[in-house]
Amino acid sequence: MPAATQDPLRKVDDVAGFADVPRAEKERLVAEVFADPRFADYLYGCYECGICVAVCPSARFYDFSPRRIAQAAGRRDVDLLYQQMQEDIWECSQCFSCLRCPRGNNPGGVITIMREVAVNNGMSSAREALEGYSRIIYKIMSTGTQVSPDMLQPDAFPDWGPEVQDVSENLALWRRALPPETHHTTSTGWSVAERTLIELYLIWLETGALDMIRQVDEGLHMILEEVMEDRLEEEGIER
Amino acid sequence: MTTTPVELVLAKKERFDRTPDRRSEDFHEELFELERAGELLVQRVPDDFVTVSTKYGVPKKIPRAHLWHHKSCGQCGHIPGYSTSIFWIMRKLGHDYHDPSDQTSCTAWNYYASATSNQAAQAAVALRNFAAAYETGYFPLIHCGTSYGHYKEVRAEILRHPELRTQVRKVLEKLGKPMVLPEEIVHYSEYLYALRDEIAAQQVRDFTGIGVTVHPACHYYKLVEGDAIFDPDVYQGQRTAVVTGLATRLGAEVRNYSTWFDCCGFGFRHILVQRDFTRSFATMRKIEVMKEEANPDVVLTHDTGCVTTLDKSQFAAQAHGKNVGVPVMSEAQFAALAMGAHPYKVCQLHWHSANYRPLLEKMGIDWRAAWAEFEESVAKLARNEQEFVTWEDVGV
Ligand code: SF4
Ligand code: SF4
Repeated sequence: MPAATQDPLRKVDDVAGFADVPRAEKERLVAEVFADPRFADYLYGCYECGICVAVCPSARFYDFSPRRIAQAAGRRDVDLLYQQMQEDIWECSQCFSCLRCPRGNNPGGVITIMREVAVNNGMSSAREALEGYSRIIYKIMSTGTQVSPDMLQPDAFPDWGPEVQDVSENLALWRRALPPETHHTTSTGWSVAERTLIELYLIWLETGALDMIRQVDEGLHMILEEVMEDRLEEEGIER
Repeated sequence: MTTTPVELVLAKKERFDRTPDRRSEDFHEELFELERAGELLVQRVPDDFVTVSTKYGVPKKIPRAHLWHHKSCGQCGHIPGYSTSIFWIMRKLGHDYHDPSDQTSCTAWNYYASATSNQAAQAAVALRNFAAAYETGYFPLIHCGTSYGHYKEVRAEILRHPELRTQVRKVLEKLGKPMVLPEEIVHYSEYLYALRDEIAAQQVRDFTGIGVTVHPACHYYKLVEGDAIFDPDVYQGQRTAVVTGLATRLGAEVRNYSTWFDCCGFGFRHILVQRDFTRSFATMRKIEVMKEEANPDVVLTHDTGCVTTLDKSQFAAQAHGKNVGVPVMSEAQFAALAMGAHPYKVCQLHWHSANYRPLLEKMGIDWRAAWAEFEESVAKLARNEQEFVTWEDVGV
């Protein structure tokens, strides 16, 4: 096999924005991707036809290609896959247009798995991609709804037009003006029952989803863990 | 109107109908097999249903009533006229439903944005919600395109992977919940499509001459695509029939454009932390193309992310002198308007960004008077004469 730097499909090494790691470490990370139970359903080799690139929104605006991902995974190219986990995967829009692949591949799904491995291992690309994103994770994991009316603040969405300001200024009243009984909330999308929230916390704790946060944002992990464990303790639920 | 390349291609195609012997495998068989093996329960579609056809010919039952509304965080939070219109239409049609607080978001927006979750957690969230619906006896109706897409993925994984079933079952046991999958995963746009005649029968506003472009949601018809509704009478059966089938039934003129299959540019993480991409894609690949090729009065779509992206991306593009400026809404809001819903009290258009007022005028709606009515109802709330605006206040 040629040295990684001679591989014409690789982006040039000296512009890479990440530190290289020993080959064994790359192999370990890539093995985690291949070991995901979904992987076998998502990749059946690759015709290299490029149909996935033609339909891919991210390929139009970034130096990004689902075909490169599918090919690298198909060839088990450990160096290239590691590079893609550091540089490419966060550019994907997760639209799954690439499911039009004539080979039955799901390049977007392969990317989902690569992202999960990047998060689980606290890779620098994951930490970087999730900077500025922690309030969303906090919202979804702690309240049960991902976006809330009070997120509509003009300083957060200055490019969305003056209506954002109108909404934020009139928020409480405009929420009371909504006929559905569950919609009068401002800090969650709808009113989520207490019992429901506790069940959600148990899911995050039991499935290891909360542990994943520790790898990318320790501070956020601590806050979430405290919120959840306190609440479960109040309910007398032992784990 | 010039003929677009898409129209030329479609004009050459014949009506396409799939005969029963040419149907693909049907997931229902695996589902019922697992039920027989005692692995899970299947919540049956209530008796009152409409049968529609899907992409590969497998029939799909769409329940008419007794629905458990699986809400969307992006709709309820940022486009509340979307969910309000769905409820309003059901009430207007006289079909009962349940709007639960025992429901969490599907959490898939976060998952596709940040990957800070895993297969088991995502499946457990989905099945917890399905169990909550089952316990009430109402059948789940999914509001969000991404929830719908993700839940179809979860169903496929649950059917295929016994280890995942074991993992999820253990979690559900801890919660004291049964392991249930619904017989069909139904999106609200399928409901509106299936009931389009009932909806049209209550139409009070004339939509003749209203030019519409449709943006179909990727997670609706690309992700586990076999569930999506295809109808030989809509686009000759070559594209999903939802949204278009309803808009046409309401008398609007649905116009084609060449980037119909493109995504909107939402990107899950991009809409929140990398909006330069979202904005560029939404305006350059969708709105500008629609304007140039079809010049619509309104863009209709059927998913939370698509409404948000296509609507909110136009403001900044307008400042750059781009050929944008067309209102965006869900077909639920459009249908509610057709049935006489209030543009602000029900459709909540003041939460939208692109200018919708010329559209309302074309529909024969005096938006100034309507806004004054809305302000009056808000003033009543401010004076604490009333705690909330109620369904009665909006005629249902
Ligand atoms: S899922 Fe990702 S790779 Fe696939 S088409 Fe969408 S943006 Fe491209
Ligand atoms: S569409 Fe499929 S076969 Fe073609 S290049 Fe992409 S992944 Fe490979």
